[in-house]
Amino acid sequence: MTAKVGVITFPGTLDDVDAARAVTYADIEAVSLWHGDADLKGVDAVVVPGGFSYGDYLRAGAIARFAPVMGSVIDAARNGMPVLGICNGFQILCEAGLLPGALVRNHKLHFVCRDQWLRVENTSTAWTTRYEPSAEILIPVKNGEGAYMADEPTLDALEGDDRVVFRYVGSNPNGSRRDIAGITDPTGRIVGLMPHPEHAIDALTGPSDDGLGMFLSALDALQGAPA
Amino acid sequence: MTTLDTVKHAESTPDLEQPWAELGLKDDEYARIREILGRRPTDAELAMYSVMWSEHCSYKSSKVHWHYWKENTTEEMRAKMLAGIGENAGVVDIGDGWAVTFKVESHNHPSYVEPYQGAATGVGGIVRDIIAMGARPLAVLDPLRFGAADHPDTKRVLPGVVAGIGGYGNCLGLPNIGGEVVFDDTYQGNPLVNAMCIGAMRSEDLHLAHATGVGNKVMLFGARTGLDGIGGVSVLASETFSGDESGTGRKKLPSVQVGDPFTEKVLIECSLELFREGIVVGIQDLGGAGLSCATSELASAGDGGMRVELDQVPLRAEGMTPAEILSSESQERMCAVVKPEDVEAFLRVCRKWDVIATEIGEVTDGDNLVITWHGETVVDVPPRTVAHEGPEYHRPFARPTEQDVLQSATPDLLPRPSTPDELRETILTMIASPNLASREWVTQQYDRYVRGGTVLSQPCDSGMIRIDEETGRGVAAATDCNGRFVKLDPYTGTQLALAEAYRNVATGGATPLAVTNCLNFGSPEDPGVMWQFEQAVKGLAEGCRELGIPVTGGNVSFYNQTGDTAILPTPVVGVLGVIDDVRRRIPTGIGNEAGESLLLLGETRDEFGGSEWAHVVHGHLGGTPPQVDLAREKLLADILVAGSRDGMISAAHDLSEGGLAQTIVEMALIGQTGARLVLDPDMDPFVQLFSESAGRVLVAVPRSEELRFTELCGARGLPWRKTGVVVPESDALEIQDVATLPLEELRTAWEGTLPALFD
Amino acid sequence: MAKVVVDVMPKPEILDPQGQAVARALPRLGFDGVADVRQGKHFELEVDDSVDDATLAKIAEGFLSNPVIEDFVVRRVSE
Repeated sequence: MTAKVGVITFPGTLDDVDAARAVTYADIEAVSLWHGDADLKGVDAVVVPGGFSYGDYLRAGAIARFAPVMGSVIDAARNGMPVLGICNGFQILCEAGLLPGALVRNHKLHFVCRDQWLRVENTSTAWTTRYEPSAEILIPVKNGEGAYMADEPTLDALEGDDRVVFRYVGSNPNGSRRDIAGITDPTGRIVGLMPHPEHAIDALTGPSDDGLGMFLSALDALQGAPA
Repeated sequence: MTTLDTVKHAESTPDLEQPWAELGLKDDEYARIREILGRRPTDAELAMYSVMWSEHCSYKSSKVHWHYWKENTTEEMRAKMLAGIGENAGVVDIGDGWAVTFKVESHNHPSYVEPYQGAATGVGGIVRDIIAMGARPLAVLDPLRFGAADHPDTKRVLPGVVAGIGGYGNCLGLPNIGGEVVFDDTYQGNPLVNAMCIGAMRSEDLHLAHATGVGNKVMLFGARTGLDGIGGVSVLASETFSGDESGTGRKKLPSVQVGDPFTEKVLIECSLELFREGIVVGIQDLGGAGLSCATSELASAGDGGMRVELDQVPLRAEGMTPAEILSSESQERMCAVVKPEDVEAFLRVCRKWDVIATEIGEVTDGDNLVITWHGETVVDVPPRTVAHEGPEYHRPFARPTEQDVLQSATPDLLPRPSTPDELRETILTMIASPNLASREWVTQQYDRYVRGGTVLSQPCDSGMIRIDEETGRGVAAATDCNGRFVKLDPYTGTQLALAEAYRNVATGGATPLAVTNCLNFGSPEDPGVMWQFEQAVKGLAEGCRELGIPVTGGNVSFYNQTGDTAILPTPVVGVLGVIDDVRRRIPTGIGNEAGESLLLLGETRDEFGGSEWAHVVHGHLGGTPPQVDLAREKLLADILVAGSRDGMISAAHDLSEGGLAQTIVEMALIGQTGARLVLDPDMDPFVQLFSESAGRVLVAVPRSEELRFTELCGARGLPWRKTGVVVPESDALEIQDVATLPLEELRTAWEGTLPALFD
Repeated sequence: MAKVVVDVMPKPEILDPQGQAVARALPRLGFDGVADVRQGKHFELEVDDSVDDATLAKIAEGFLSNPVIEDFVVRRVSE
């Protein structure tokens, strides 16, 4: 049986097409999920893609977190379903309490879109097993509110538990605390990151194909898991 | 309480004084409205006519020159167009069943008043034009012009404009793939904020703005209607027509509109779903002139009349009058014509996307557009007289006498650098000058990756996106205009803008296919400006004929001037091209293949009139612009496309502002690879490095392809010269006998300028 | 030292997408009866006694707000 990954579309979601394409490139069936529908359609994992859900007017991710589909995602995630939040998706997972911390406005107060080197700090999550430890990968980053922020004890705990999954290498694009680009929950099943692996699946349209590894890792995780 | 000015009331009060002058109408225009209607117009009618007959909506000063388009469009050129001038946007067939639509529009003055919202709503407007053709918007490009880079007001305007374009476009999920940022003193107080959008659809899905079919319903959907941008029309709401400040009428309404990109994003998806379901007969966006424009244009292009109940329009403000509702420029609204049996399905799709949709009227078998308010008729007009039969001015135009003075002030006597040290310094000065420095400070605020189809984007010569994921078919687009060239010779200068945009598209490997434009000029009341305009239109139309690609549409922006000082005439030309398979696109940076030779295609002459060097180093503008040879441009493009198709070119970059020095520096920095240039010993190195002769491209060719490629050039008669080699192991640009410039030093100079000015 | 509060709100006739987004979300979250929401900015300034009202108005009008699209209110708050 082929693995199925759901890709959520909220009003204002932008990178759902790209996320679905990335999933397909990894030989996984992409299933589109609608914000207003609590049905997860039997998917094995979920990608919460980037964009500006509901315009992100109140706070990034603040309204999306209450969408009917998110209720189901939160329940499924607590039962071990792999979930990947990219950019706005990461913000939504933080607002939903699935991941600690928050994303705040970039230190230079501008939207920044650029190719960014990241170091893979944890290769045991459901989304990173295909990478070599400490691999450096080139992935686009594009956001206005991408600075990861949490209180010092939380940051220390994340570091101590090996839950920082990606770190910016070279210059930090947004003032993120401790150069954090992505983190995981304690189980390693839920990962959120600001950069966009779905835009780096083919050197024709992205800076590299380094992002594909995340979706291939998910394939491994899903095929290894009992159906 | 003002009495409602109904048609009946207008008939019974023929002598009532009306504020037509305050609304911008001339006395003969007002008289013509009375003649058309056989009575005085109502307030609402006056509002409609005044806004639709404005320069912006009616093209009344420019359309007298439109015959140039007609005369210069051959049958062969017309055959490529699925829709042309007069529709919301031009549409061309790109093959494989795909149709591509594209258009540029200006949002200049609003962006000066409120840079963020002005630029943001400019993006919003052009995107709705593309949706109104039935297409999915796929990419945007933004040609921008600002005053001097170091002027304090530029610090206010530029960051706001850039943030507005990014804020709106990024939130719509449209990659920003190109455009321009140009500084010149004449744009101080008159920045140019032009926005281009490209969309695609299957050819059979083309939708036109026609209200056909008696009994079909007129649906308004999108945002509510508020008091946005009604500007002048507010005089109608005051008790006295002079706009008495103490009256109960509206005063000092902001002419600025605030954009809501989220609503627009949802509107895009909602419209596309409506198209997919096949439940739209005709569609029109609401832009400038709002409902006045949408209802009169839909009715005018249809086969009958239209009745609209203005009470049905969802409002955001209290106490709006019919004239205000008709004139409101509230953003993110669309108007559709739908069969009665599809209304329920239409509303269902809108509900799914949380889009407000309301039936506001229907297509009738009458001739007139009839608009009612609480059951009373407030508008009863033949729609064509509003939308298409506005005034046409024959404004005088004449070549200004100072043109001779300008052309005789050639740059020939300006001191030129000659020693290696002077040339080295000039290279570093030029690449760091505001017009040549890296645009990254601007472009990194734009999302270029979204939708996953961007193959080329800034700083490449053109932007390129994939349209068909199966076949790899894609389109490329570039916008260009050197206003200094146009100032020196409007006819040639405009052809140079066309030539550059055309060349830029071909430099990426795409075949140029069609042209759009945004003609930004000073006041049409100045015969000298009007002469520039006439020459520009003529030059563009005749140039397109020579290149064999049609002009599919365009936009005119007049009155870009402060006092008597007009902007540099700026006819921005946008060229769209097609490429069979985007995998064959030609990148800009060198170092993609082991062992590349650098070949300069085209001829270099001593041409410095209007050049960036004369501008930066001497603050000089005079002489004549470089020669233009469109037959040569066509040959050059053919060779580039053939070279891309056969994999003979590994990188290419056009030579324009700043000449060869600028081009090789950018190719090296973008490719992060060193190179060695060997200049022609028989020609002045300064001329070789900085001349802005047209029709030139620097290409990198893998050694294995060099012979095949140069034989192709030779056989086709394209001059070429081997100018150097790529040196992958080097981290410097060596110009033999002139200078060795470490890439880091070049990068610091090239990338430092805009952050230093605007961070 | 005195505390000064400046509230900046979008002008009533100007579209407020942020407020609208919140207003539209409330019924979805089960909160009924909220007819409209407008979102603005709230600034708290600690100022020397030497700063007069005219200066505060200048700060509010020329910097904290964009008079083209926003209104502001300046209040001195006693501690």
